[in-house]
Amino acid sequence: MAMASDAPKGGFRPSMLIYDTRYRAITIQVIVLILVLLCVSWLVHNTMVNLAAKDKDINFGFLWNRAGYDIDQQLIPYTNDSSHGRAAVVGLLNTLVVAGLACVLATVIGVFVGILRLSKNWLVGRLMTVYIEVFRNVPVLLWIFVAATILSETMPEPKDFKVTDAMIAAGQAPKAAMLFDGAVALTNRGTNIPAPLLSRPLGSLDLGLITLNFSFLAMLAVIIGSVLVHRLLLRRARAVQEATGVRPATWWKSLIVLVVPFVALLFALGFHLDYPVFKGFNFKGGINLAHSFTALLLALSLYSATYIAENVRAGVMAVSHGQTEAAFALGLRPSRTTRLIILPQALRVIVPPLISQYLSITKNTSLGIAVSYLDLRGTLGGITLNQTGRELECMLLMMLIYLIISLIISAVMNVYNSSVKLKER
Amino acid sequence: MKKSVFLGTLAVSGLLAGMAAAGTLDDVKARGILNCGSNNGLTGFAAPDANGNYQGFDAALCKAIAAAVLGDASKVKFVPLTGETRFTALASGEVDVLIRNSTWTFSRDTDLKFDFVAVNYYDGQGFMVKKELGVSSAKELDGATVCIQTGTTTELNLADFFKSNNMSYTPVTIADDSEGQRQYVAGACDAYTTDASGLAAVRATLPDAENHIILPEIISKEPLGPVVRHGDNNWGDIVRWTYYALVSAEENGITAANVEETASTTTNPEIKRLLGASDDNLGAMMGLDKEWAKRAIAAQGNYGEIFAANLGESTSIGLARGLNALWTQGGLQYAPPFR
Repeated sequence: MAMASDAPKGGFRPSMLIYDTRYRAITIQVIVLILVLLCVSWLVHNTMVNLAAKDKDINFGFLWNRAGYDIDQQLIPYTNDSSHGRAAVVGLLNTLVVAGLACVLATVIGVFVGILRLSKNWLVGRLMTVYIEVFRNVPVLLWIFVAATILSETMPEPKDFKVTDAMIAAGQAPKAAMLFDGAVALTNRGTNIPAPLLSRPLGSLDLGLITLNFSFLAMLAVIIGSVLVHRLLLRRARAVQEATGVRPATWWKSLIVLVVPFVALLFALGFHLDYPVFKGFNFKGGINLAHSFTALLLALSLYSATYIAENVRAGVMAVSHGQTEAAFALGLRPSRTTRLIILPQALRVIVPPLISQYLSITKNTSLGIAVSYLDLRGTLGGITLNQTGRELECMLLMMLIYLIISLIISAVMNVYNSSVKLKER
Repeated sequence: MKKSVFLGTLAVSGLLAGMAAAGTLDDVKARGILNCGSNNGLTGFAAPDANGNYQGFDAALCKAIAAAVLGDASKVKFVPLTGETRFTALASGEVDVLIRNSTWTFSRDTDLKFDFVAVNYYDGQGFMVKKELGVSSAKELDGATVCIQTGTTTELNLADFFKSNNMSYTPVTIADDSEGQRQYVAGACDAYTTDASGLAAVRATLPDAENHIILPEIISKEPLGPVVRHGDNNWGDIVRWTYYALVSAEENGITAANVEETASTTTNPEIKRLLGASDDNLGAMMGLDKEWAKRAIAAQGNYGEIFAANLGESTSIGLARGLNALWTQGGLQYAPPFR
């Protein structure tokens, strides 16, 4: 045909790189690649030159120097004699604990609210809409401030819990009382709760930056073992059901397998609770959850839950109503319809945006600096950065750590997503 | 086939050149304004007044430097900095000089690559508590919750003090003085710790100042002074000698009111050199004009006047001169000779 003979048969000319569609795409990509590389090399070069001009170098040796400052919330032993590296690990664990708890709490609230918003009950549906719109449309930093201010301004001071001999003699009650029979005290500084302690712990191994706690590892091993045995139990019950049509009763076996080994281990280790007691200025013993932690957790959970609720609602609404009707026609009860028909299909829509919610919760924990929560940003990126003056090193390290955490969350959630997504055969 | 055409583009990378740092003095003169890193709100040292203009002991030194370098004490841009951001701001060149209650320490002077050019206030760290707590000594603070500014030497001193006295405490880390004051008043901590002068300043602004006491223990040495970047010695000299000009003015009885008159009438050769009334041109030795010191003194007065106006016993803060008296009166303020 005429079209084929139109193509020039002659040799390659440079102008063809732009005017010939066969080469244009490659040309553009090469140009962009060169520009990006130029940008990167300029940034690195500029950094090196300016560091040299300030007589500074890049050196991570400070991580092994004495930190010299104290951190109020520590999940692993830490004193001001520990190293800056260890302080960073303490901060990292604080980040992870608040991120993990916020993800769980946000998911629970989000699923609950998302389903309630679909409710046919007018009041419940509207209330959930109001909650979602209010929390979603105000910056999370403000919610953190609001939570911190409410907690610190409305709760009684620790000294209000003080009981003096004169007060006992006069039969006078202290201004504030502890909750749950003396187990929990809410003050304007934090929440004092009983601490789980072991009187016969298995000891621990200090590896410099981190500490291996054998009691904790033993508990983890027992829980994992119990869950694995439990799955074996269920698999056998299913096999029996498929062979005979009768499912053997498993609930009491499940209970024994899941609970008894753990309780036995706790008993062997001498588990007991240490109650907070008012002494001197403050409560001694127990665990003091600072309001910075509680405020950050509450604000992040309530804020992120609204996004998750909308995801859940979208997921449920994405399942066509015909599916429900078909399930009813087959005689499935509503609960089974939800569990076997709707949810598996809804999860396909819910999980991918849920991944990005978890990522943003994790990264938003760095806002804890606003309420003096010493997470990774507060220790490595705050006090350590300041006391050592190693801005570039601290920032690079912090970015790397946040990147790794986010990639791990993504990887785990992607594995989960591939297990619930539509199986195409 | 396309390789030869774009290889030349790579040569562009050769054009990249590093930024050569010009002298700070030239930068300031070219800009026509002095960027002075200051406290974001510590009454008496540097805090905005009702009209939004920065006033205080540290702010006055900024104005004196601007008067010496630029000839106009109002040519200062105050950059409010927290304890955490101040050194980064100075290192990055965001401010020309940092005068923000910063303690001169070995590692800041060496490892952080700064120069502390003088000590304009000899201070020490103390504690403030509410009177109703019934505490009369810092040694009774075992188990207390303490509000502490992050990124400061006080953070490290506090840890050392409690450790050496075998006491425990819970730190509440806060960003700056005003936030510390809010937390302390709200009862989020039993004690507030910072430099004793800072405590006096915070206490002066509390509505019920008489219900708060500053404990007698001073647990550290805190020489506070203006800071410049390492390496620009001429700029460091300008800041240092502007400050010493103010101290020397107090030694010689030169005040903001009589500086013009003294310059024309004095017969004392040292005063003549200082005020540029003789043939010696001291200012030219560091790139300024002859009357730099005269303008610096005229801006806010001599060291004693600045102290009295912002921190002294007639102000609400009510600090005595103490260590900050002139060496002739038993203090540590001592200016090297202008010669």
